[in-house]
Amino acid sequence: MSTANIIPEAETTVPSFYLSDDADHAEGGSTMLGFWLYLMSDCLLFAMLFAIYGVVGANYAAGPSPKDLFELPLVALNTAMLLFSSITYGFAMLSVQENDKRSSLIWLGLTGLFGLAFLGIELHEFHSLIEQGATPQRSAFLSAFFTLVGTHGLHVTFGLIWLGTLMAQVGKHGLIPANKRRLMCLSLFWHFLDVIWIGVFTFVYLLGMLR
Amino acid sequence: MTAHDTPNAAAHGDTHHGDDGAAHGSRRDYIVGFVLSVILTAIPFWLVMSGTIENKQVTAFVVMAFAVVQIVVHMVYFLHMNSKSEGGWTVMAMIFTVIVIVIALSGSLWVMYHLNTNMMPTMTPEAMKNMP
Repeated sequence: MSTANIIPEAETTVPSFYLSDDADHAEGGSTMLGFWLYLMSDCLLFAMLFAIYGVVGANYAAGPSPKDLFELPLVALNTAMLLFSSITYGFAMLSVQENDKRSSLIWLGLTGLFGLAFLGIELHEFHSLIEQGATPQRSAFLSAFFTLVGTHGLHVTFGLIWLGTLMAQVGKHGLIPANKRRLMCLSLFWHFLDVIWIGVFTFVYLLGMLR
Repeated sequence: MTAHDTPNAAAHGDTHHGDDGAAHGSRRDYIVGFVLSVILTAIPFWLVMSGTIENKQVTAFVVMAFAVVQIVVHMVYFLHMNSKSEGGWTVMAMIFTVIVIVIALSGSLWVMYHLNTNMMPTMTPEAMKNMP
């Protein structure tokens, strides 16, 4: 009986095994790190597609080789479109920092136009390849080519859908913190796609022409 | 990389909610990155299209070197990578990713190259007939 009296107050209450105080973290505070981790996993996905292309990229099955198919001026134009869209997105983010809704919408719109131009040129290229009979079924090289470049194109497509959604969001709700956070995520995504494209035009197109 | 943290530290002071750790670039950063990217893209295209360097192996190495430099330029000037953002976790995640990529890429290419060079000749129909 006498020992029960000296048990401190804290031990008689229900013990807690986790930190109950997490009020310090603002909403969305971990979003950027989480999105970065997603980008890294996406990077792994592209690395595997590059590995596949590296392994089977020279198996033409007596079909067309890169030299017969690729048009470098068109690829250079495509690269320019993506690079322009990167810099316009950068300027959009600067306008966002300055809380200038109108100019950020204009820059985002320009980014979207360059992105659309990129997609249009890529689809034109795919169309002309398929017209020549260089379909994904033709050879291992073409399967790997269409998978790698097509996956990048699909990313750009979804980036454009995201861009359109965010432009509508900013137009309706303005540059509220949540929208700024979303724009930061898309900024990382968009620049990341440009980085992947450097790998594509170097390893697929330029080194393909050298074979 | 620390140089571009200081000038706009005051500029985004009011929008700094929590410690998002996301670095913002300045207009100068973007323009420098863009100009460098244009140069680093134009040179490899020109090298391949004009065939200035006779040796194709050398051209390939030069082109790949330009790609690596341009990727670094993009990371510094467009993605604003630095060792401090998110308490260093973005860089840690990237280092891990790069290690996995290097192992997977070099491993795949190495293994498949040897598979091709060592296995293919024995797989001809004539050779198959002599197989035990």
